[in-house]
Amino acid sequence: MQYGGKIITGLIIFLGLLCVPLLFNTASTGNAAYKQPKLELPKDEKKCIESTEFMRREHMQLLNDWRDWALRDGQRTYVNAEGKPFSISLQNTCMKCHAKKAEFCDKCHNDAAVSPYCWDCHIQPEGLSNEKK
Amino acid sequence: MNALYSLVFVLTLVLIPLVGVGAADLKTIFGVCIPSTAIIVFVAGFVYKIIKWSRSAVPFRIPTTGGQQRPYDPTMFKQNKWDNPSTGPQTVIRMLLEVLAFRSLFRNTKASLHEGPVVAYASAKWLWLFALLFHYSFFIIVARHLRLFMEPIPGFVNALDFVDGILQIGAPVVYQSDAIIILGLGYLLGRRLWDARIRYISLVNDYFPLFLIIGIVLSGVYMRYFAKVDVMAIKELTMGLVTFHPHVPANIDITFFIHLFLVSVLLLYFPFSKLMHLGGVFLSPTRNLPNDTRMNRHINPWNDPKVHARPYADYEDEFREKMVNVGIPVDKPLPSAPAGAEAPEKA
Repeated sequence: MQYGGKIITGLIIFLGLLCVPLLFNTASTGNAAYKQPKLELPKDEKKCIESTEFMRREHMQLLNDWRDWALRDGQRTYVNAEGKPFSISLQNTCMKCHAKKAEFCDKCHNDAAVSPYCWDCHIQPEGLSNEKK
Repeated sequence: MNALYSLVFVLTLVLIPLVGVGAADLKTIFGVCIPSTAIIVFVAGFVYKIIKWSRSAVPFRIPTTGGQQRPYDPTMFKQNKWDNPSTGPQTVIRMLLEVLAFRSLFRNTKASLHEGPVVAYASAKWLWLFALLFHYSFFIIVARHLRLFMEPIPGFVNALDFVDGILQIGAPVVYQSDAIIILGLGYLLGRRLWDARIRYISLVNDYFPLFLIIGIVLSGVYMRYFAKVDVMAIKELTMGLVTFHPHVPANIDITFFIHLFLVSVLLLYFPFSKLMHLGGVFLSPTRNLPNDTRMNRHINPWNDPKVHARPYADYEDEFREKMVNVGIPVDKPLPSAPAGAEAPEKA
């Protein structure tokens, strides 16, 4: 083998990089099986403004639309698929039920490395329920 | 035709998980078995290739690289230390420039024929630029995927995610690396299709990885921006793979299985294809050997130890008398001249 020392060193570095997730998970959680986060659902309300499937897939787009409708078009009422009207407001409509950001929004966003920029403008509730007006 | 074969082949590959998961519901096979096999083949194949290459003989150092070599008279000519290094550290810089900045592609030229006839050479940087865009976006995308393989997610992955989506376009935010990799792949494929000379030398094993990576990118883009798949369910699957608790949760979109299958094919194909330039670039003899052939003697590794090279000194020892007699200059004078006049130490 020519230049075996250098080549084997390089190969070990490459394999080490590939093993980073394995080593990291062993060190952080002892290689425990990962479970999807459990969200804290509101107790006094059973239905969100749209169906669960729709909210799962489209909540980010809906929030974007709400921002545009409320702030750019001045339209403050949203009518859902069933024809029921809702006031377009993150703080007064969404967070009335999902009051604790840390128990709802952050659960998935943290695990998926998503950092929505809602709180660039809105006051971040830091997981407390006192942001309801 | 080569391009068409490759495209049809990749489309067939897309159909396999579409039928396997969509119709036959083989979720464990496509979600766990095939990806695990692929990663094992990738690692074993990669190691096998590198070890195999490392056993081949290292050639005599090739000094004909760009730039002035270390000159006999440094005051007259200045050495180009990064393009034509003569020491180890200088060679490390040349390798870094090659691996991180694709210096060889930067030197690419385009020849054109003019009236006269006159041949003109001009710098051609497009390939360098788009290759750089493609490779760096691919690297960033792979690094971003660590969010699916690590828990808790380390800070640098979060930072990468934030910077990649810093333009905050749409929801979920558009990653710039997604747009740039499509741009880069578009050019790399386009140059093979439009330029007749490159099309002539393009083979199935040039087109196939391009179409395969385009398929992977498009399925990923579709999952993120259009299908909006359940990332948490997918993370449960991918974390299951790296923590050795294989499990396929419900509510995973079929596009994910297509994406995963194409990635598995890429990993299986990787060690046995041109894509091995990932490891091979470090073993390029014209890049990683310093130009010190005038400072160190190169001994061929395949020389038979029983055969001894005959140095000039031995040759002169045998023929010195004859050489002196016919007036050929010699390094060492004759040990004892018969007249005694030319050997003062003997006198």
